[in-house]
Amino acid sequence: MAPAVLIIGASHAGVQFAAALRELGHTGRITLVDAQSGPPCQRPPLSKAFMRDAVPEDALHLRGPHFFTSAEIDFRSAMPAAALDRQARHVQLGNGERIPYDVLMLATGARPRPWPQGTVPKGVFVLRTLADARLLRNAADHTAGPIVVVGGGYISLELAATWRRYAQRDVTVINSGPRLLFRSASPDLSAFVMARHHEHGVRVLSEQPATGLVANDDGAVQGVALADGRIVPAALVVLGTGAIPEQDLAEAAGLACDDGILVDDQCRTSDPAIFAAGDCTRHMTGFAGHRIRLECVQNAHDQARVAAAVIMGRDARYTQVPWFWSDQFDMKIQTVGIFDPSSTCVVRGNPAAGTCAFYHFGKAEILQCIETVNMPAEHMQARQALTSGILPIRDQVASPSFSLKAFLAEQRAGLMR
Amino acid sequence: MPKIIFHLSDTSVREVEVSIPTTVMQAAIYGDVRGIEAECGGACACATCHVYVDPAFVTRIPPAQQDELEMLEGVAADRLPNSRLACQIHVTEALDGLTVSIPDRQF
Repeated sequence: MAPAVLIIGASHAGVQFAAALRELGHTGRITLVDAQSGPPCQRPPLSKAFMRDAVPEDALHLRGPHFFTSAEIDFRSAMPAAALDRQARHVQLGNGERIPYDVLMLATGARPRPWPQGTVPKGVFVLRTLADARLLRNAADHTAGPIVVVGGGYISLELAATWRRYAQRDVTVINSGPRLLFRSASPDLSAFVMARHHEHGVRVLSEQPATGLVANDDGAVQGVALADGRIVPAALVVLGTGAIPEQDLAEAAGLACDDGILVDDQCRTSDPAIFAAGDCTRHMTGFAGHRIRLECVQNAHDQARVAAAVIMGRDARYTQVPWFWSDQFDMKIQTVGIFDPSSTCVVRGNPAAGTCAFYHFGKAEILQCIETVNMPAEHMQARQALTSGILPIRDQVASPSFSLKAFLAEQRAGLMR
Repeated sequence: MPKIIFHLSDTSVREVEVSIPTTVMQAAIYGDVRGIEAECGGACACATCHVYVDPAFVTRIPPAQQDELEMLEGVAADRLPNSRLACQIHVTEALDGLTVSIPDRQF
């Protein structure tokens, strides 16, 4: 008999996993439970199109209104999972109901890193879910004063760009790291992005840890304190200080976790009946050759598809090359591969005209990561290069006449001969 | 409400009625049409909502912008003169009956 599958978490990974199982012919029961209320939603637009009210909520839905019924997926929203019993193979939900499983998928995502000083004043927000986005958008619409974004990662910068560009708001980004996008992008891309934010009037304070949130007598935020004693005035504050993997259920049940639920390149946890995918995992990837944690849609989708294929008896492995995008002001930022801080960079494109490509060569001078701004074709070719392993060397890329498209075409023609 | 007609790679045909404003990609999601992956959700960032537009409609749709033209260079199936990204085709009343074919792969 086909195994009964239970999925905890209905965001990009959980929904893609359920859909992939059905597409691959799984005939057994699929139950999908989610702590959030309402239909599963796209997350990436929350900091961009949704925040400027350019997209209605129903356009964010990951699937159509009839999908779960027609695919015979028992979807239950607003239903947090309370406990996992691995011996009995069931998960107890918040309402006390126990759902048995043969195969369990943990697609629990990540949650905003808690503010270290505990409770926060009124007017301080985080952004993770649609519910968070609704609250934040409403607050921004009803606040006239300056906005402070604490954190210099992609979501923080997307919010800053959205408010600056579409609402001409006074926006300050307080960044504790030495530069923007410190965890995810190269210094080269980071400097380019910083310059564009400055040009558009976003104030960026780097190497400035926010040390406190200052409230008025009514308990409403009025500023963010910096380590050097200054206070940056704020009518609204967003804490974009990173996310931590949602691993409580796994950890309490004794699954191996280390800043993320540990999974192998088939998305299996330390219990062979339990899989995990997406932001909640620290996973083995064939591309990096070691375990990493990645918060992005590509990883959620690709891990979900690998896990579904494995459950359907295929020898699938997670070897996909990570890719990512971000839209800020007039920049279409796209990255492929994994940036290694020890790598060195060759710059292509025309940075003065707003287009550039940063090619990063890592250990043994091998091309590992390509970041582009407003060069979508170059990005797509870069994905093909890293995926196929047909890689140009530094001297080729550094030549002014180099074209990645022509290089790939030549190499492929050579392989065909 | 305009109707969009999808020809799937398994030769089946699906018709989806949508209320505007929407895009052909959102119509496919709304109607659970398989074969349009839409990984990036319509940001013109992934090229997994590739469709071939019925020749009768090609000139009735505003031409692709630079971003879309560049992303089309990376589609998994053959790129043809009538290749478009479904997320960049905005549905209007005038496009009632718009017919698109879905390639056999998006990755």
